[in-house]
Amino acid sequence: MQQDDVIWGIINGQFCSFKVRTKTQKFCRNEYNITGLCNRASCPLANSQYATVREEKGVCYLYLKTVERAAFPNKLWEKVKLSRNYEKALEQINRNLIYWPKFLKHKCKQRFTKITQYLTRIRRLTLKSTKELVPLKRKIERREKRRENKALVAAHIDQAIEKELLERLKKGTYGDIYNFPMTAFDKVLEEEELSDNEEVEYEKNTDSGAFEMENEMEGDESDEETREFVADFEESDEEIEEMDKKFDDNDEGEIDSDYDEEEEADISDSELLGEDDGIDEDDEDMEDNKKGKRPSNLKEVRNNKKKKANDRKTVLSGKKPVKIEYETERNTNKKNGIKINNKNKKLSF
Amino acid sequence: MGKNPSEIKNKDVRTKMFIALKKEKDKAKKKQKLENKNKPKQIPKTIENQRVKDETFVTDLQNDPELVFDMNTDEISKQLNRKKRSKTDDDTDMTQEEFDAKTSSENEEELSDDDESDDESTDPKILITTNDIKIGFKTYKFCRELSRILPNADYFYKKNVRLSKIIPAAVQRNYSAILVVNENRKEPDGLMISLLPEGPTMNFKLSSLRLSDEIKNGGGFTKHKPEIIMNNFNTRLGLQIGRSFATLFPTDPQYEGRHAITFHNQRDYIFFRHHRYIFRNAQKVGLQELGPKFTLKLRSLQKGTFDKKFGEYEWVQKRHEMESNRRKFSI
Repeated sequence: MQQDDVIWGIINGQFCSFKVRTKTQKFCRNEYNITGLCNRASCPLANSQYATVREEKGVCYLYLKTVERAAFPNKLWEKVKLSRNYEKALEQINRNLIYWPKFLKHKCKQRFTKITQYLTRIRRLTLKSTKELVPLKRKIERREKRRENKALVAAHIDQAIEKELLERLKKGTYGDIYNFPMTAFDKVLEEEELSDNEEVEYEKNTDSGAFEMENEMEGDESDEETREFVADFEESDEEIEEMDKKFDDNDEGEIDSDYDEEEEADISDSELLGEDDGIDEDDEDMEDNKKGKRPSNLKEVRNNKKKKANDRKTVLSGKKPVKIEYETERNTNKKNGIKINNKNKKLSF
Repeated sequence: MGKNPSEIKNKDVRTKMFIALKKEKDKAKKKQKLENKNKPKQIPKTIENQRVKDETFVTDLQNDPELVFDMNTDEISKQLNRKKRSKTDDDTDMTQEEFDAKTSSENEEELSDDDESDDESTDPKILITTNDIKIGFKTYKFCRELSRILPNADYFYKKNVRLSKIIPAAVQRNYSAILVVNENRKEPDGLMISLLPEGPTMNFKLSSLRLSDEIKNGGGFTKHKPEIIMNNFNTRLGLQIGRSFATLFPTDPQYEGRHAITFHNQRDYIFFRHHRYIFRNAQKVGLQELGPKFTLKLRSLQKGTFDKKFGEYEWVQKRHEMESNRRKFSI
């Protein structure tokens, strides 16, 4: 035992190769040290009776050193394998260190618990799925980003999608869902190619609706009269006389105002016929949407109104050459008359 | 006109000379213009034009008997064909199988073998999960959106289970594909698509992700089966990838939903877009983006399901070989 004090005196006072001095503490690097600290109680060299717990490849052993074996360095340490069961292992420690100093007993148990803890931690971590870390090179990432942006610009994705969708529409993948396939378009084309009779009907549509209506109304009367001027003179003879009186006054504005009511009626008729007009529109531009058609129809209706007004004027003024002798007006009226006659011919077919 | 008109001192003569000169110049200009008009327009050189010829480039799909044979016999075709078959009593099959899986572990393999032969599910069943256990909010949202877009997809938090264990479990539960989203710096940056049970497995880099609520004027979502548009998948590799994308979606889209999901390949970047369209007339289409949108870039293609140790790679991106030439593309 005295030997121990001598050794400790040297280690503490002079030199120990296992000793590590830090600013606050001294540590021991000896593998058998139970606490890792450099002090009298836990020094494995300066204690002839010593015990420690070590782990070798996942198995714990209790190492014991006694004074009796101090003379045999190759048999200095007694190695006891500890059970895997924690409780049993603790019992083993208790049994082996039964009359040993309490300090060593306690520290051995402490060290054993620590070792078992880190062993279980190792097992858990190895079972856990591990992530593979892939280095991302900044330069390459940057380059890929740049190329991606350029590819995106070159792709024209929206256009490509639109093209593909339209192709599918043409192929007929959508079936009957959409209403503007070629069938409706073909129908209209056929109508265009039909005979002149059809054309006449179109012109009827484009002309004022009232014109037709009145024609039909007075159809019986017109048969009795001469054929040439039937369509022009829808009004009865009495009316014409009235008109002539007004013309004597040379006031056209009043005449227009007199016929306002009739014009309004015409508009309503034309609105009724607006749907037919819509078909005419379809001939010109099939591409227009249904929504797009409505306003165009309205425009047409307005145009029709204007036309009607003009027609009416011409009709009225067509009577002028009969009574009044104005050379200039006559010329214009003649032209108008011819036009109207042409229309009449068509109508009479 | 030998003399320079500006040297002539008589103003009258000088102006006449100038006018004559001007006329001549104008004539020459007009002539030049006409000539330019008559010339054929030059086609601009683009990377797509100048692409290095690829031996596996497919120009005429129908007239290539070898390719058609390959396409009809590979693993992807099994999935595609499986879905085309009519769906009769799929649900009962599923429950039965699950029940059997629970009761007898030994018979599982036999049962699953049988199922492959007469599996009649029309819709693909997809499992979405993440690579990490803990994920950022954006990744979570992305997974959620994916599960919304893909009809019949389930999103699961990845608990502490390895992918090698998840895959057989997913096969047992009749999943047709598994998607794994990889996260980096709290943002999704990778996507692995593995078709079950026979593969292939594709690993993509995911970039420039925008979720649907980050898209301006984005539309709302409806639960219609989308139609799929595949653009520019022209090589053998491209076809394989395109077809495996197609297996993720049901083959009977609901056209009244007007959803279109696009996979557009351009220079090996695959752009994913989700739109709602409207035919304004027979020539015009309107598009509204619904999102999410992102870009994929193929990193590797593996035969079979995901297997890191023993997996056979059909294609791996090798930067120095493949990207040395800018006009060389593999998809």
